[in-house]
Amino acid sequence: MKPVTLIDKNQLELIINRLAYQLIENHDEFADAVLLGLQPRGVVLAERIKYRLKQIMPEAEIHLGSLDITFFRDDFRRRDEPLKANSTEIDFIIEDKKVILIDDVLYTGRTIRAGLDAMLSYGRPSGVELLVLVDRRFSRELPIEPTYIGKSVDSIDSQRVKVDFAKNTSNDRVLLFNTELADE
Amino acid sequence: MSSLSVKHLLGIADLTQEDIRLIFSTALNFKEVINRPIKKVPSLRDITIANLFFENSTRTKLSFELAEKRLSADVVNFSSGSSSVSKGETLIDTVNNILSMKVDLVVMRHPNPGAAAFLSRNVDTTIVNAGDGTHEHPTQALLDVFSLQQKLGDVAGKKVVIVGDIKHSRVALSNIYCLQKMGAEVMVCGPTTLIPKHIEKLNVKVEHNLQKALEWCDVANMLRIQLERQGGEHDVKFFPSLREYTLQYGLTLPMLEQLNKEIVIMHPGPINRGVEITSEVADSSHSIILEQVENGVAIRMAVLYLLASAIERN
Repeated sequence: MKPVTLIDKNQLELIINRLAYQLIENHDEFADAVLLGLQPRGVVLAERIKYRLKQIMPEAEIHLGSLDITFFRDDFRRRDEPLKANSTEIDFIIEDKKVILIDDVLYTGRTIRAGLDAMLSYGRPSGVELLVLVDRRFSRELPIEPTYIGKSVDSIDSQRVKVDFAKNTSNDRVLLFNTELADE
Repeated sequence: MSSLSVKHLLGIADLTQEDIRLIFSTALNFKEVINRPIKKVPSLRDITIANLFFENSTRTKLSFELAEKRLSADVVNFSSGSSSVSKGETLIDTVNNILSMKVDLVVMRHPNPGAAAFLSRNVDTTIVNAGDGTHEHPTQALLDVFSLQQKLGDVAGKKVVIVGDIKHSRVALSNIYCLQKMGAEVMVCGPTTLIPKHIEKLNVKVEHNLQKALEWCDVANMLRIQLERQGGEHDVKFFPSLREYTLQYGLTLPMLEQLNKEIVIMHPGPINRGVEITSEVADSSHSIILEQVENGVAIRMAVLYLLASAIERN
């Protein structure tokens, strides 16, 4: 079956714009807040948001890091193949900062659980918030809820939500597949 | 591809180039992990690893133990000196006894070549060879080539000379395999008595003059003269005296300065300062000896992580 487009390019722009203003509402000029994207697609989303924030507040210094959670996952040895890790790049101190974790899709909450653990290896932040582009409601396996939501969707387990970030942003979209789609 | 083609790490000879690349890329991730404020990840928290060292070792044992602990594995240690081996128990019995205590993975060093391969055929567990006699020492070769790759970008096409006691060295054999699989050219250099017969069958060049070898190479890996294997039970001397060996095969700073190029100096440790290499060279900017040690932990984490992911849960 053809996938359903949940968010198209124009909607995505609006959503990123709104999320950026929501972040500014809570964190002013980001004096003690930092962005942390989860590898791989959370990082792309975080970059888009940072770009928008810089357009709105050219003076502000916004720290953005990428976090890989592979070694903190709870499904090691429960998969056929081990997952390939991505790089983690955090060139700032998160101790006593407000960390905004950013990911593309929130589903069971297990990735975020692993992300919290991975982040704590770098220090003790004063607070953590969660920003997601797509929140798949009613499918949580852990008590984790986002602070900022791009769009909430109702979906069933057999469906897959896929975020496609194009290189030049012109083909950005979020799709909902009905058939089984192999996890990338 | 994200899993190894082998179930055990017995030697470099069994690995494919893709395996080696996978280990390197995973090690790169772990190198970042061990530079974090908190250097521990929970990946192997439900795995128990036994370190069986039937032969003395300081840094390999320490490096493996650190790698295991940073992956959150449970670790039991065993050294032959204080064990039932001295009471005449066989290797299979010793290991099976340890395995009955629910151990998932065995890291073993043993004085007999092939001990790890023998064990892997007779015991139902994952084996990592941490050195078997004069045969192989795979993790050392992996960390050596990984360190080189970090220093030089790529090892393909590079010329590497391994200097010293090739005959008794498991590091040399593993390095030859690993370097060749990654596309490097290899030469061995040492006195005729310390170069094994027929080594040219492995496609390596042989040279007995250190200065000529240095002029040829981009990298010199200086092996330790294994004083404990000189003389020995049959009282065979491989060279007249240490002083004579040093005169012929000891690497000094003036030798490096004579060359009209920069070469990289490696040493697997422990160093006999003033024998195979002078202090000036070991501590100079040519040397990547301490990088090798740092990379050792990352490489061993990568190997354990990749092998452990294939262990079945029960």
